[in-house]
Amino acid sequence: MTMMDRLPPTLVAGAPLLRMTGVSRRFGRVTALEDVAATVWPGEVLGIVGESGSGKSTLLRMMNLEDSPDAGDYRLALPDTAGNLFDLDRFARRQLCARRIGIVYQNPHLGLLMGHSSSGNVAERLLMAGERSFAALRARARGALEASEFPLTRMDDPPKLLSGGMQQRVQLAKAIALEPALLLLDEPTTGLDVSVQALVLDTLKRLQRDLAITMVIVSHDLGVIRTMADRVMVMRHGRVVEEGLVDQVFQDPQHPYTQELVHAKL
Amino acid sequence: MTLSTLTRPWAAISWGFLDASAKREMRRKMIKAIAVPGCQMPYASREVPMARGWGTGGLQVTLTLLRTDSVVKVIDQGADDSVNAASIRRFLSRVSAAAETWDTLEATLIQSRHRVPEERLREDQVLVLQVPNPEPLRPVQPNMSIARQMHADADYGRLWLVLYEQMVRSGRIMQGAAYPALVNGRHVMTPSPIPRWDVPKLHMARHLTFLSAGREKRLYAVPPFTRVEPLVFSDVPYKVEDHADLVCHRSGLRGVFMNEIPQDGGGSAFEASDSHLGIKAIRRAEGAATTIGPMWYEEGRFRP
Repeated sequence: MTMMDRLPPTLVAGAPLLRMTGVSRRFGRVTALEDVAATVWPGEVLGIVGESGSGKSTLLRMMNLEDSPDAGDYRLALPDTAGNLFDLDRFARRQLCARRIGIVYQNPHLGLLMGHSSSGNVAERLLMAGERSFAALRARARGALEASEFPLTRMDDPPKLLSGGMQQRVQLAKAIALEPALLLLDEPTTGLDVSVQALVLDTLKRLQRDLAITMVIVSHDLGVIRTMADRVMVMRHGRVVEEGLVDQVFQDPQHPYTQELVHAKL
Repeated sequence: MTLSTLTRPWAAISWGFLDASAKREMRRKMIKAIAVPGCQMPYASREVPMARGWGTGGLQVTLTLLRTDSVVKVIDQGADDSVNAASIRRFLSRVSAAAETWDTLEATLIQSRHRVPEERLREDQVLVLQVPNPEPLRPVQPNMSIARQMHADADYGRLWLVLYEQMVRSGRIMQGAAYPALVNGRHVMTPSPIPRWDVPKLHMARHLTFLSAGREKRLYAVPPFTRVEPLVFSDVPYKVEDHADLVCHRSGLRGVFMNEIPQDGGGSAFEASDSHLGIKAIRRAEGAATTIGPMWYEEGRFRP
């Protein structure tokens, strides 16, 4: 199989899946986000890079509806949603997040119940969406763990007994269990050693190919972004300073900060 | 007008032990609890002459419900004659002149620890259950502030997660007592540590049930004719304890909840947990005139 068979060139057409405009967020005197706009088309992988404190993770938390901005508009082109998602109440937000958005955190403690079994962690997501059959829970949890290349012999061990790479795979299985429309990845491979990092990225890449899932990946590692993303957004001090195709931005950075960033990598 | 004309003369003790303001607090929260079935209402839990954890929550509800014509029965794990049950019953009658009874059929007010009587309760009876831990989410969420948010969101997935893991580990549901149940399709409550055998008795029951935790300062209620559905998987049916075929070695009763009593030889004998029902069965066998009311379970099967 050649590269061309597996990745047919497609033109991005139609409406974007995610559209965020004018998002601002202040924490006291600190401005985390200032008039940020982001657009993601279906099946695309958007990378967000920037230094620590540039607002990347805050933006991702907004996309997962964990936090509300001071101002801004957020829309997902999904059949069962309409209007500004920031206006939704707590209950509707939780339902939407559980069913349509998957997230993988840098710190597995945020995304997983460390004391419960790994398959139970995946099952919890399904339970949240209303699955009440034990046999179906078991089968779907196993399917999701298998898809994220988690060793099934350990599926009933609690994540606290697993290695970092496996914990990330459990998070990933939990995130994709309901086949979300949007997968958010917050520094998914930071803290893993290089070989495990490569394996996890491999899995992500394969999932993206198989499920044509739309992803937003936040990282300060340009290598990860280069491997995974189609387009990249560079953030600094809560603003988007540059945006464009990955190759274009990394080969020919326009903004002084991006130039610094790209050169620092080399 | 002076203060003394507005207030009652001083007395060494109030009728029914609790003072008027304590009873008013209890009544307010009990009415709230009935209005939102299964929802835990915080209340100002008073001191009663008993240690916290011995049924102070139940006792405060019972004291508030007492009337001059009340007939009280107090059960401790099914028994009327344990020290705790006898002391609470004597206390109740001493502070209010309410009549005491052991018989479920005669009682109007039943305070219970860990059991629901085997004879069906009627519209004119109130059951008060003592609750050690009112929060069903505590095993899965130690932070009570977040647990309350989860109640508000009806976010009960983690309770099913516990059952899922019991199924994975043991192949069956291991939750014995305090089986979580969904009340009126909205709030999950822990029905106090009653056995699984007793949970169906609360579903669409004719009587009113109060559950009150004195140390935790929370009370909740199951009004008459309210749905109480134990949490189950759609493909794993709810099972009560396997006591249908056991025979009480003292009264010969069959098809009631049993206490297992280990014997010298390593085996076990079984004894009806509802002690007064056993006494009535023995009296009837001896030819005395006793009335055993209709039961929740007939031939070991629950009759709705």
